[in-house]
Amino acid sequence: MRLILYLSDCIIPLTILYIVGFGLLMKRPVYDDFVDGAREGARTAAEILPTLVGLMAGVGVLRASGLLEFLTGLVGDAVSRIGFPPQILPIALVKLFSSSAATGLALDIFKEYGPDSQLGLMVSIMLSCTETVFYTMSIYFQSVKVKKTGYTLPGALLASAAGVAASVFLARHM
Amino acid sequence: MLNYLWAFMILAGIAWGALHGNMAEVAQGALDSAGEAVSLCITMLGIIALWSGILKIGERAGLIDRLAGKMSPALRFLFPGLPLDHPANRFIASNMIANILGLGWAATPAGLKAMKELDRLRAQTAAEKAASREMCTFLIINISSLQLIPINMIAYRAQYGSRAPAAVTGPAIAATMVSTAAAVVFCKVMDWKRG
Repeated sequence: MRLILYLSDCIIPLTILYIVGFGLLMKRPVYDDFVDGAREGARTAAEILPTLVGLMAGVGVLRASGLLEFLTGLVGDAVSRIGFPPQILPIALVKLFSSSAATGLALDIFKEYGPDSQLGLMVSIMLSCTETVFYTMSIYFQSVKVKKTGYTLPGALLASAAGVAASVFLARHM
Repeated sequence: MLNYLWAFMILAGIAWGALHGNMAEVAQGALDSAGEAVSLCITMLGIIALWSGILKIGERAGLIDRLAGKMSPALRFLFPGLPLDHPANRFIASNMIANILGLGWAATPAGLKAMKELDRLRAQTAAEKAASREMCTFLIINISSLQLIPINMIAYRAQYGSRAPAAVTGPAIAATMVSTAAAVVFCKVMDWKRG
């Protein structure tokens, strides 16, 4: 576990070092490239504001009305018996369909329990290691008009389940 | 998809609030969240701009092509049925590298081109329009997530007062390796079963 946490400290500086070094080696004007990229990034971040407002308001309504708590309670008994925290089950399920809706729910966990709580760590890891299964499959298969998707769905669901299980385990041991 | 999810959150939330007499809280919840979204966006602005700038350097210096070239042993292992010189190889490699680096906008176009090439390959051998073994493997690996640095998550954590927003990077890589390993094992078992 200590090695994994050490990796957390190193990976961002090392990645930056590698990329900037690589850019210099390839004789690129690295600072100009950086500014261009940062401009694009700033624009992207500003453009997600409406999405964030919509989703966070949606989750805010869900939470304030008491419905989110009720839904969590419904599934709670069944999943907590296998050691799975019921609060993060809705996020794991929503993530299969929509990344941004799952983000909205994750932010609610951060607000309620804090990002460094065990639940906060669980959702942080979980959302970083899973993809939107149904969304990705529909985009890729529709692009080539293939309707029979073979064993893609069971495989993708298995991989996601493994990622979720690993997240719960890792967060408990951090 | 999001249409229904979002509409469900809003409509069911308001209906539930009305039934349980929580209407004032619901109104407050909606308004507070909207304000929070703005401050989150400001935090994101800095972190995403920094990271996009760094990634842009890599992209313009040809990092994706360079790294994709080193992927061929992995591709041989994952796609034994794919001819060595097939154009799909290059697109699959670019898609995977872009995903690892977190360059979503570069990953999807390469991925769609890879699917097109795989579909052309499928049409040569199979009459039925069903996903080929290569398509299944490609998508399962893709969906298992390959991302190295979860920069968006780090920004969210920073906004909500995490003491160490980036501390989840290592565990996230470990979890990603678990999900990708599960994906690889599953694909290999399916390959072997189909003979």
